[in-house]
Amino acid sequence: MSHLLVADSVSKNFGNFRALNEVSIAVPKGSIFGLLGPNGAGKTTLIRIINQITMPDSGSVQLDGHALRPEHIKDIGYLPEERGLYKSMKVGEQALYLAQLKGMSKSEAKSRLKYWFDKLEIGDWWNKKIQELSKGQAQKIQFVVTVLHKPKLLIFDEPFSGFDPINANLIKDEILQLREEGATVIFSTHRMESVEELCDHIALIHKSNKVLDGKLTDIKRQYKTNTFEVGLQSGNSSTVVSEIKDKFQVLPATFKNLNDDIKLNIKINENTSPNDLLSFLTSKAEVHHFVEVIPSANDIFIQTVKNN
Amino acid sequence: MNHLPLIIKREYLTKVKNKSFIIMTFLSPLIMIALIAFVAYLSQVNNDKQRTISVLDETGYLDGVFKDTDNTKYSILNALDLETAMTLVKEKEDYGLLHIAKVDSLDLLVDNVKFYSEDSPSLSVISNLEGKIERRLKQMKLREDGVSIEMIKASEVDIDISQVSFEGEKSSKVDNVVKLAFGGMAGYLLFMFIIIYGNMIMRSVIEEKTSRIIEIIISSVKPVQLMLGKIIGTSLAGITQFVIWLILGGVLMTVVSVILGIDLSQASTPQQELVNQAIEAEGAQMMAENIFLAIGNLPILNLAFAFILFFVGGYLLYSSLYAAIGAAVDNETDTQQFMLPILMPLILAVYVGVFTVIEDPHGTVSTIFSFIPLTSPVVMLMRIPFGVPLWQQGLSLLMLIGTFMFTVWFAAKIYRVGILMYGKKPSYKELYKWIKY
Repeated sequence: MSHLLVADSVSKNFGNFRALNEVSIAVPKGSIFGLLGPNGAGKTTLIRIINQITMPDSGSVQLDGHALRPEHIKDIGYLPEERGLYKSMKVGEQALYLAQLKGMSKSEAKSRLKYWFDKLEIGDWWNKKIQELSKGQAQKIQFVVTVLHKPKLLIFDEPFSGFDPINANLIKDEILQLREEGATVIFSTHRMESVEELCDHIALIHKSNKVLDGKLTDIKRQYKTNTFEVGLQSGNSSTVVSEIKDKFQVLPATFKNLNDDIKLNIKINENTSPNDLLSFLTSKAEVHHFVEVIPSANDIFIQTVKNN
Repeated sequence: MNHLPLIIKREYLTKVKNKSFIIMTFLSPLIMIALIAFVAYLSQVNNDKQRTISVLDETGYLDGVFKDTDNTKYSILNALDLETAMTLVKEKEDYGLLHIAKVDSLDLLVDNVKFYSEDSPSLSVISNLEGKIERRLKQMKLREDGVSIEMIKASEVDIDISQVSFEGEKSSKVDNVVKLAFGGMAGYLLFMFIIIYGNMIMRSVIEEKTSRIIEIIISSVKPVQLMLGKIIGTSLAGITQFVIWLILGGVLMTVVSVILGIDLSQASTPQQELVNQAIEAEGAQMMAENIFLAIGNLPILNLAFAFILFFVGGYLLYSSLYAAIGAAVDNETDTQQFMLPILMPLILAVYVGVFTVIEDPHGTVSTIFSFIPLTSPVVMLMRIPFGVPLWQQGLSLLMLIGTFMFTVWFAAKIYRVGILMYGKKPSYKELYKWIKY
């Protein structure tokens, strides 16, 4: 699989503070790549280096096989976390200005803007000033401006903050559609549920170092603990439970169910297959619920950060 | 990619279309003219007041000293005692009564002149009277010593040294006044321009930070380009405003002086007093001719070129510093600590210009300050009308440009780091660190 963006052992110091330490990432073409990490880990610094806002002290970044050049600005769309617009400028004028800064011609920018404004049903904002819009409305304009020039690489830093659930969904669908149309997306966020939903690949940066990266499903496989959530019904609960406890490692479980007597998390060792467990259970009681516990992105995030 | 024209255009249009900018552009000259007209009107009202001063001279020494003028009438009282004279003056509501008591000798008269009045008299009235009396007494004393008035008059000489340079160019005091006026105007204009529009640049940089658009912009534009675009765009807006002010001010000035019949040029300023002194020395008829001659004598071409170059250079130098300050802080209240180091050389330049260039345009102090880049634009502009060798101008300009490039580099460093810094109150130490980034 070819990679759209490759960062190779990128380091950056601010005075005595090392913001990035030999960080390497590879973003596959057409993927949605989650760039995760606690506050102050160095995500924004890395994103700024990709955008050529700051230069790395060492290491290199390649876009589509070429070292970053100023011309690459038009291939990247960046929605920063700290974002805003000129408050006293009109929506249309401002969008045109920002589009032209990305290298679009005025007429091209105008027709693309019209397309997006119609699509998001915000055409009548054209002559409004930004200060007359709500925060969510201004965010929509920012989103349009970010994707307007059809960049190959889209970088979203917390794109959903400030949106209500309906608009957040709208934007999420637009991001997915852009990916369908061939864009590659780098997605930086703290909201793990949207990581689950959107990302194919993730990289986790912690204290200036990359501590984890790869395909999300691979990582989950790596982090799974062979634990199964089990719900049983039996006339003789206490005997069943103690029999299970003799054979397997058992933890308390908290899932919601209608009428199970027994709710357990059962961990099996690597030599035992899930079928062995299941057949053991069916021989003892009626199985109503049997699910493998898959670590969530949230669990992985917390666990990795704590361990480092 | 070169986005400079685009940025300049945006900066210019947003400034020019801004409501408060438009209002200020058209309102300021109105307010200024109204103020000047008001002051001129007031001083005219004051001057028009007629006052009558009664004089009771018991000695007879001062016959014919007091002659009526436009504003002051003297009523000479005879053969009255002081008390009656005072009642009379009070009844007539005269400005006051000058009383010279009877004395035996001239020497004693000095201590026996008194002025009686309802309110305390104005300083100019008293010094005027003193001057008149002194002159008469001096003549009388000289005559007592055997010197005739004719001899005194004949002894009075008025010298007007005509100034000629080694190259044979003639000049006069009027020349100097005109030079001073040109140089002073140029220097002062630059000073005002820097303060007004430098601040405007600073505010627009801060606005970009507070509206948080900066990171979006900076991902498509180099910070240096953005900074230069801001400086140039704002300057163009400033020039537009200045030109409108000049035109509007000129038109309004004419209209007001025609309609109200107030001679605005009479509103006296210190500069005009200088001009007046020169006029008195010259003789009024030759005056207009001389002024034109003096303007003709100015190195006009040199002046025009130097004005443009030093104005642009000085303005860019300071405005890049203003832009750096804007980038270093989060809001306008934090700018104070950085403003002082900018304002000090500026104010120093104006003071040096006003006090030393007038005194000695080619003296050590004015020469040195016309080379130091932070003060050179103002001081050099004031010196040039007096004729500064081209090599000096060139060297000073070269140093100015060098410093300008350094400050742009320096400001760009601060700008690059500063615009992405939030919530950190910058200290000088912090700024030093940013430069090293």
